[in-house]
Amino acid sequence: MARVTSKPGKPRNRAQFNLRGRLWLVVGTLGLCSLALVGRAVDLQIVDNAFYREQGNERFLREIAIPTSRGMITDRNGEPLAVSSPVESVWGNPQELLKAPDRLPELAQALDVPVEQLTLKLGQKSDKEFVYLKRRINPDEAQAILAHKIPGVFSQREFRRFYPQGEALAHVLGFTNIDDRGQEGVELAFDEWLRGTPGAKKVIRDRRGRIVENVDLVRAAQPGKDLTLSIDRRIQYLTYRELKRTLLETGASSASAVVLDIHTGEVLAMANLPSFNPNAVDGSLRDAHRNRAVTDVVEPGSTMKPITVAAALTAGVVTPSTLIDTNPGWMPNGRYRTTDTTNHGVLTVTGVITKSSNVGAAKIAQRLQPQEFYDFIRRFGYGSPPHSGFPGESSGVLPSPARWSGTTKQTISYGYGLSTTPLQIAEAYAALANGGHLIAPTFVKGQRNEPSQAIDPKIAHEVMKMMQTVTEPGGTATTAAILGYHVAGKTGTARKASGGSYARRYISIFAGVVPVDNPRFSMVVVVNEPDPSRKGYYGGSVSGPVFHNVMEGALRLMDVPPDDIDTWLAAQAAAEAKQAGKPVAAVHAAAPAADPSAQEDALQ
Amino acid sequence: MSGRVLLALLVVANVLTAIGVVFARHEHRQLFIALSSLEKARDELNIEFGRLQLEQATWAESNRIDQVARERLGMKFPEAGDIVVVRE
Repeated sequence: MARVTSKPGKPRNRAQFNLRGRLWLVVGTLGLCSLALVGRAVDLQIVDNAFYREQGNERFLREIAIPTSRGMITDRNGEPLAVSSPVESVWGNPQELLKAPDRLPELAQALDVPVEQLTLKLGQKSDKEFVYLKRRINPDEAQAILAHKIPGVFSQREFRRFYPQGEALAHVLGFTNIDDRGQEGVELAFDEWLRGTPGAKKVIRDRRGRIVENVDLVRAAQPGKDLTLSIDRRIQYLTYRELKRTLLETGASSASAVVLDIHTGEVLAMANLPSFNPNAVDGSLRDAHRNRAVTDVVEPGSTMKPITVAAALTAGVVTPSTLIDTNPGWMPNGRYRTTDTTNHGVLTVTGVITKSSNVGAAKIAQRLQPQEFYDFIRRFGYGSPPHSGFPGESSGVLPSPARWSGTTKQTISYGYGLSTTPLQIAEAYAALANGGHLIAPTFVKGQRNEPSQAIDPKIAHEVMKMMQTVTEPGGTATTAAILGYHVAGKTGTARKASGGSYARRYISIFAGVVPVDNPRFSMVVVVNEPDPSRKGYYGGSVSGPVFHNVMEGALRLMDVPPDDIDTWLAAQAAAEAKQAGKPVAAVHAAAPAADPSAQEDALQ
Repeated sequence: MSGRVLLALLVVANVLTAIGVVFARHEHRQLFIALSSLEKARDELNIEFGRLQLEQATWAESNRIDQVARERLGMKFPEAGDIVVVRE
């Protein structure tokens, strides 16, 4: 019976057990599982949140910057002028450092700073995770600090700029700030070009900040591009050295010089004094940072006269042989006088340039219309920016004829009442030498700005011939003459304007071009406030020798063939005649120099 | 029947691609590490080159050359009389 009753009951029981019991079991198990998960989630998210967040952060994938170096600046021959070299910056995590105050004295000693100062610094930044402890030090020094293994002290690579040429090129190159951004000069003008773009990569770091694994490259670093300047290191050094010597010899307060390549407008050298050490900018005077040759204006003085004469020749009002009566050596100029150093009497137009007669220049300008004269001066770039690309370049001042008083034209004719930078004078003289093509100067090798025709090539040539007489016997700048080369130039001596009148302080200028027959270089030397009691204050006695010394070197360095070989041969013959008269021993000593075969060739 | 075969194939394919992904990922890491270390080596060499150039430029500094030539080597600039002009 039981079997009978159980038989029909069994399937019912099993159905009940299978369906409900198992269902509850499954639901119960799943419920417990999810409860456990929720419990774990609560544990992670709320109870142990801080611990896990910290752990997570420390293991987190970080995106870090890949430092890149700034491009190198080289001179026209590839010699490095500005090089970035790696340095280390030691930084610390104040939160971590302050946890172990007992290590601070050790750290302070390693950093070579007083411990109070370090504690104060860390205290101020206690809520931060980053503070520089020592920036831009030698990698070896950084390793020595890290060797103490103080927790929370790290080091990172940065780049520092070094300038091997030091003071000689400081103004042209400028310098960068601590973040490697250009602040002055070429470094500033070409900052975009020189500066690289730091890359980024994903890394896994450990809790001490060390990189465990490189995971992925987000962006490749783009190193800065190199820049080749038009500067020639050797001519630059020569220019700087000669300027420095002149400054010492004449007691001048400052000086500038510019050398341009006539055909391309490239700046071959540009030096200023006083200078500063670009490798240690902090200690230098702010005043010495200025690139005077580009930023400071001077009255061009008599260096203006060739332009006045060129204007008169272009207008057809004079010829090179027109006679100008400069008697009695002065003429009225409003309430003042235009005077010459001595009474030169009657001069030709060429003679006005040779003797640098102010009265002569004034009389030539009398034949010109103000507007005509003004337009002509403008064509040489005076009064407008030179577009050299150098930061802070000055345009100089050239008042428009509407603002001229009755005597302005006369005053401008010999270089007062307007102002220009030394670079502008060099550019104008380069135009005279380059068949009248005015080319904006450039600091980049191979870049040649579009020339504009300032004057007729024939007139430019005539003016060059006149300027050549300046360095020949009887001229005002025989000191600038170079054996074997024809030099065309013009001296200028300007009295410094101060407080509405002119003081007994002078600016001595020499602007010249060499060689005359196939011009290569245009150079301007400006010496500010030479002590008149030493070597005088005339452009010929102060600035002329600088031109001579630098150009003599530059002609040799650039292999420029002499254009006046006959004078050279004559000078040589004279020297030999003198030597022949000396005792035999002296002749023997000089024998290697005067090799008979070479002599024979030379005399052909 | 064909449905089961398809399912089995898909499961096998899934497992294979999963292993493939792991393998590719691993290879990527390995190559990236190699790339990083090569780049690092390249940068180090570049930096060393820059340092050597800097050193060379410092030794070849014009002022120094000038002094060494004049003082240590006793060189001087040829005077006008020392130069012989040769005409072709």
